[in-house]
Amino acid sequence: MNAEPQLSSGVAVPTGAAAGSRRKRSLQTRRSRSAWLLVAPTLILLAGVAGWPLLRTIFYSFTDALLDAPHEYAFVGLANYLDFADGEAFGVLADPVWWRSVRNTLWFTFISVSLELGFGLALALLMNQKFRGQGLVRTAILVPWAIPTIVTAKMFGWMFHDQYGTVNDLLMRAGIIDGPLAWIAEPGLSMWAVVIADVWKTVPFMALMLLAALQMVPSDLYEAARVDGASAWQRFRRITLPLIFPAMIVALIFRTMDALRVFDLIYVLTSNSEATISISGYARDQMVAYQEMGVGSAASVLVFMMVAGVAAVFLSIGRMSEPKESQS
Amino acid sequence: MKWSKLALAALITSGAVATAQADTVKMECGSGATVRSFCDYVKARFEAETPHKLEFIDMPASSDEKLSMLQQIFATRASNVIDVFAMDVIWPGVIDRHLLDLTDSVKDLEPAFFPSAWQNNVVNGRIKGVPSFIDAGLMFYRSDLLAKYDEKPPETWAELARMAERIQNAEREAGHRTLHGLVFHGKAYEGLTCVALELIASHGGGKFVDADGTITVNNPRAAEALDAAASWIEKIAPRGVLGYQEEEARAVFQNGDSVFMRNWPYAYLLSQDDKSPVKGKVGIMPVPRGGEAGQHAATLGGWQWAVNVNTKVPEASIELVRILAEPETQKRNFMLMGVPPARTDVYQDPEVQAKGPYLNDLKVVFDAAVPRPSTPTRSQYPRVSNAIWNATHDVLSGRSDGARAVAELDTRLARIKGKDWR
Repeated sequence: MNAEPQLSSGVAVPTGAAAGSRRKRSLQTRRSRSAWLLVAPTLILLAGVAGWPLLRTIFYSFTDALLDAPHEYAFVGLANYLDFADGEAFGVLADPVWWRSVRNTLWFTFISVSLELGFGLALALLMNQKFRGQGLVRTAILVPWAIPTIVTAKMFGWMFHDQYGTVNDLLMRAGIIDGPLAWIAEPGLSMWAVVIADVWKTVPFMALMLLAALQMVPSDLYEAARVDGASAWQRFRRITLPLIFPAMIVALIFRTMDALRVFDLIYVLTSNSEATISISGYARDQMVAYQEMGVGSAASVLVFMMVAGVAAVFLSIGRMSEPKESQS
Repeated sequence: MKWSKLALAALITSGAVATAQADTVKMECGSGATVRSFCDYVKARFEAETPHKLEFIDMPASSDEKLSMLQQIFATRASNVIDVFAMDVIWPGVIDRHLLDLTDSVKDLEPAFFPSAWQNNVVNGRIKGVPSFIDAGLMFYRSDLLAKYDEKPPETWAELARMAERIQNAEREAGHRTLHGLVFHGKAYEGLTCVALELIASHGGGKFVDADGTITVNNPRAAEALDAAASWIEKIAPRGVLGYQEEEARAVFQNGDSVFMRNWPYAYLLSQDDKSPVKGKVGIMPVPRGGEAGQHAATLGGWQWAVNVNTKVPEASIELVRILAEPETQKRNFMLMGVPPARTDVYQDPEVQAKGPYLNDLKVVFDAAVPRPSTPTRSQYPRVSNAIWNATHDVLSGRSDGARAVAELDTRLARIKGKDWR
């Protein structure tokens, strides 16, 4: 990018090659300086709102600080993560509740994001068709996404109410169940209740992300495929899917990271039951309910590492798929 | 000892200086524990009787949100945010070190209050708060249904279960298909700890942790109490109660779909609302005993007035607390909010009697109220309570049985306790 000015200055002053390179360097410094100046506000903001809290959390995870007195602490090394005393293991990694919360969170993430992808794709394909009232449908579909999660959770809480809830009423009228199910109370069902509420809320997000990608697919590709006699499934499999794949990965990353951090839905719907606790709920319990800032920070760091790890996996999947496309 | 004397001396000297000037005290108002009209009354009195001014601060209404908000205020050691606030009955042990020692300024008030409510504010022999109003677990029953089947309010849990089953089944056959015998709040949260405490204490199984900090839960009576409760699920109580908080339980009862309900006194006034389908058909009684050898046990709830230890205006704050502790103030709080006063003498007041004749029944319950083990377990109480409600929830939902659950709970509590409660 710096080649052009250097070339022109070299032509103008043919004798001073050294001067030209000096000028080039100073120009480069000036450019990079202005570039730094331009990104500085973003960097400062990021460091302030994301970097600093993260560093503090990592720092506190090595201490025994309490939430109501964060100034008084002692370093305890890795004891908040794992510690052995009197032949017994302590710390987050030795806590069965933590591992239960990890299992719950992964199960919830896998099921809810898969369902959201399926429903989202179906809705996006539907909305991509031309029909009357298309604009209205596209706007209306956003309504669940616009409702705050707490409101969604409270709403589903009453819908899943075993005596007066609409869900049981509908299922009983349809003859699918004989007696009311205790959606929120039964551990086997309550996780599904959470998944259903989450899917309802976030399918619109998935659908709109995918719809945007679908509209970028040039229509002549489909025409050419149709001329070649490709079936609808082949057109979807060979044209639509590869072309919306990058957008799908981005949407999946967003949703997966969101789902891994799930807290509010579970907290409102099933409260602090260990049957449905998520890793964020675990961290919150340690930090806020038990005031153990050290242990809570350790759990938060583990949550961070888990979310970052999953994001890295997705990004590498996204990257792996790129060369394949350029080959074909 | 020395330290407290020194603090007292400092208090007196600063008090002598302060009386000359007008201090501004910041008190919480508008959360669950207070209403505006009550605050205005307090402000008028405080400013008329002392040279000081009173300002109000908003706090979150829900107890645990308010606790975390207060703890963040304590963490900054701010002296100008809040001076006087209402604390939940389970907090004195948890936030003990952020509370001003009120021992010498309020200890003369003790005889006027319910002993259980008063003692709950005493941490390591020091008084950290003054009760504002009292709450305790109650059993609500449908007086019309009990009369129809010629039953008297049950004395024991076994009688209750028998009656509930009989009435439920007979009424269902008569066409009231959605009727249940009993509802309570069995979701995995603090409310379930309250229910578990009542069950176990009424069977003579202790209070999980006794006053000197010894863990007592691993005993056959406690196991028996939990097993009894587990046997009610789907027999007299819908499985859904394991997901109910107070309001969900009240919804079922107030709709006329349950014979019995375990809840707090607030539900009584609401059930007597003009729009309520069960208006005039509701009776209240103490939580049953666990068999003939058992006792009545109601979990103690309620709110206390306390002072932030970092306050700049301790003596003005104490004057305010003393006004808040007066019979007239507590009566006013009942007249405005319907919450039962923590002072026993207010109950004889004719106006109070006229507004709440049911208070006489409550007084018996309050006398026998059992506190949750929050004071002996100190700052570990939230952990202890979490372990209790999860163990109880496991038994009620059939994933464990009483004997196994109390043994596991015992191990878990011992692990939380470590060498001693911190």
